Amino acid sequence: MIDSLQFIHNNLLPALWEGWGKTLRLIFMSVPFGLIVGILVATGRVYGNSPLAFLCRTYVLFFKGTPLLLLLFMIYFGLPPLGISLTPFSTSVLGFILCMGAYSSEYIRGAIQSVKAGQMTAAQALGMTRWQGVFFIVLPQAFRRALPGVGNEIIYLIKYTSLAHIIAYIEVTGAGKIVAARFFRFTETFIVVGIIYLIMVSVANKLLKTLEKRLSFPGM
Amino acid sequence: MSTNTPVLKIQDIHKSFGNLEVVRGVSFEVQKGETKVFIGPSGTGKSTLLKCINQLTAPDRGNVFLNGIEIVHSHGKINLYRQKMGMVFQNFFLFDHLTAVRNVEISLLKVKRMTRKEAREKAMEELNRVGMVDKADSYPAELSGGQSQRLSIARALAMDPEVMLFDEPTSSLDPELTGEVLDVMRRLARGGMTMVVVTHEMGFARWAANEIFFMDEGKILESGPPAEMFTRARFDRTRRFIKKMTELYAEEQDDR
Repeated sequence: MIDSLQFIHNNLLPALWEGWGKTLRLIFMSVPFGLIVGILVATGRVYGNSPLAFLCRTYVLFFKGTPLLLLLFMIYFGLPPLGISLTPFSTSVLGFILCMGAYSSEYIRGAIQSVKAGQMTAAQALGMTRWQGVFFIVLPQAFRRALPGVGNEIIYLIKYTSLAHIIAYIEVTGAGKIVAARFFRFTETFIVVGIIYLIMVSVANKLLKTLEKRLSFPGM
Repeated sequence: MSTNTPVLKIQDIHKSFGNLEVVRGVSFEVQKGETKVFIGPSGTGKSTLLKCINQLTAPDRGNVFLNGIEIVHSHGKINLYRQKMGMVFQNFFLFDHLTAVRNVEISLLKVKRMTRKEAREKAMEELNRVGMVDKADSYPAELSGGQSQRLSIARALAMDPEVMLFDEPTSSLDPELTGEVLDVMRRLARGGMTMVVVTHEMGFARWAANEIFFMDEGKILESGPPAEMFTRARFDRTRRFIKKMTELYAEEQDDR
């Protein structure tokens, strides 16, 4: 027991700090852009002309239909022969953004379609263009309704960032794996790494709940 | 533009949905300050006609002139013309996620590009006009039907329209709430607002209308000033409709 605590304190935590920092970098770079992609794709599917809607549908089908890990491999190993070489970090962020964009766009699309048609009618009757109606009236309402689902996606993404170490971006899971192998202490290591994810997810959950409350409006 | 150019001139509007021709050639004019009221049985194309005026529904045939300018084939510019035609809907269509004052404000900010301060002042002024200042920070879901409709009138008025289109503004209200909405509309009419109103409120029609149109099966069957329509309508169909509606909405008859 004492032995374990000593290992955690002296060897594990110092090694994990850096990895944790990298995990957070992945999360903070991916979530906002993933959300933006999700909103744009959902809007394109509902309000875009048919080529745009088709493009958005195909994108969602492709990224929902392939494993995220395979996607990272494709970007990391498959693009260099075409002359595009990305660092492990850029590869991971790009993959996460595209994946989160595809999934969250489905929640947002559903929410857009649940906004009553009269909202757009009223916006246009006041002289707003269709796109003004979309951005100022429909999307703000849709986003609030999509938030619980989108929040789930954010939480998935926090955990998916662990895949980055497979393409050599040593985030917290990867850092843990290295320490565990070197000291042959798998149990302690993975318990601690698990606790780190639990902490991140709990904080995200709390923030999301607060945001949901802040953005909710009567009669929603 | 001569002084007697009508604010609105509607010419031979036709509109079909599938095989059903809902509006079958309607023409009329509205001069500045006039109130024209459309009455008639449900499903005779009154609401569709109104939506064909501001192009929320594109007519199949016919023209709409706003201050002498044809707007049916205005393509990209229709949102400019819509600013001049306020519309009030049967079901309010208030923006659910915005408080009352922000419902009024949003088009001022985004369409008229006013500053926040200007927009807020103007919005409060409009709320005051319909007696809703104390509800400025309430959300639509927190308002009664009458309050909701007064708010939607304020929202439309804030754009300083040249004509107001009312699509059965009291039809979804409890009878005891129609009075407060009709009050606002009467004040507008008295204040010289140009209005086109679709309604079943015979009391309002009789009091406010310069001309009443009786629509049946997509056409104007007959029209005339209220005194004439209420006492000596030409068609039996019109007489029976007015009689029935007057009985139904009797309490609105003896108003101010």
